[in-house]
Amino acid sequence: MKTFIISFISGIIFAIGLVISGMTNPQKVIGFLDILGNWDPSLAFVMGGAVCFNLVTFYFIRKRKSPLYEAQFDYPLKKVIDMPLVLGAIIFGVGWAIMGACPGPALVNIVTLNSNALIFVVSFLGGVFIYKGFKTKF
Amino acid sequence: MEQFISPLIGGILIGLSSTLMLGGLGKITGISGILGNALEKNKENNWRYTFLSGLIFGGIILKILSPQLFSYQFPFQYSEAIAAGILVGFGTQLGNGCTSGHGVCGIPRLAKRSIVATCIFMAAGILTIIIKGAL
Repeated sequence: MKTFIISFISGIIFAIGLVISGMTNPQKVIGFLDILGNWDPSLAFVMGGAVCFNLVTFYFIRKRKSPLYEAQFDYPLKKVIDMPLVLGAIIFGVGWAIMGACPGPALVNIVTLNSNALIFVVSFLGGVFIYKGFKTKF
Repeated sequence: MEQFISPLIGGILIGLSSTLMLGGLGKITGISGILGNALEKNKENNWRYTFLSGLIFGGIILKILSPQLFSYQFPFQYSEAIAAGILVGFGTQLGNGCTSGHGVCGIPRLAKRSIVATCIFMAAGILTIIIKGAL
């Protein structure tokens, strides 16, 4: 039960953070990436704020043997920098810049019921399934 | 100065959310990973469903309480929305993460893969905007 309450509340807080910060506004994201044009640096404070907060909290959490309500931490196991990581990050970066939408904000923007926002989410799911199909083939 | 306050507060809330997930449940709050895994069968997915439900529920509450927060536009072609969505979906699965998993959670874990990925997707995004502007 605690697992569901914590994950549900975390989801709500995450959504509020994304909307308040401006991350759900596609033109603001594009303005942030447009460093040689009409640069809007304000979104640096979103990633900056989240990373600084987590640098402190994660430092203490990682000293623990287990999280509070589960048996163990699910840390990613991969450590090496490989081609899929590099290629995936490039492809994601290009897609992110086209519509100023990364996965979290895209999901929250479903509530706008805007046609572009909805088409993005459907295509995003399509891209995930294309990857899953491609992964089982190779 | 004021235009930096909301992003900072929002960023701290995102940090708080991912801190609750790691400290409470031992989970990395990476939206693309949570969504990608939630679409697979035979996984312990319930926490993923509740997190994603919370994410949408949070959006709905804000939309009801202060709709002006969503007063921005989406000035794009449908073709751009389709291309962007497919690239983001494919790229985040191939690269094991996005702005949240690699950026918000990976950098504070001092994970080398995440630091490299974040630098690359930021650079790719910036270059895409420059090239788009030049066309």
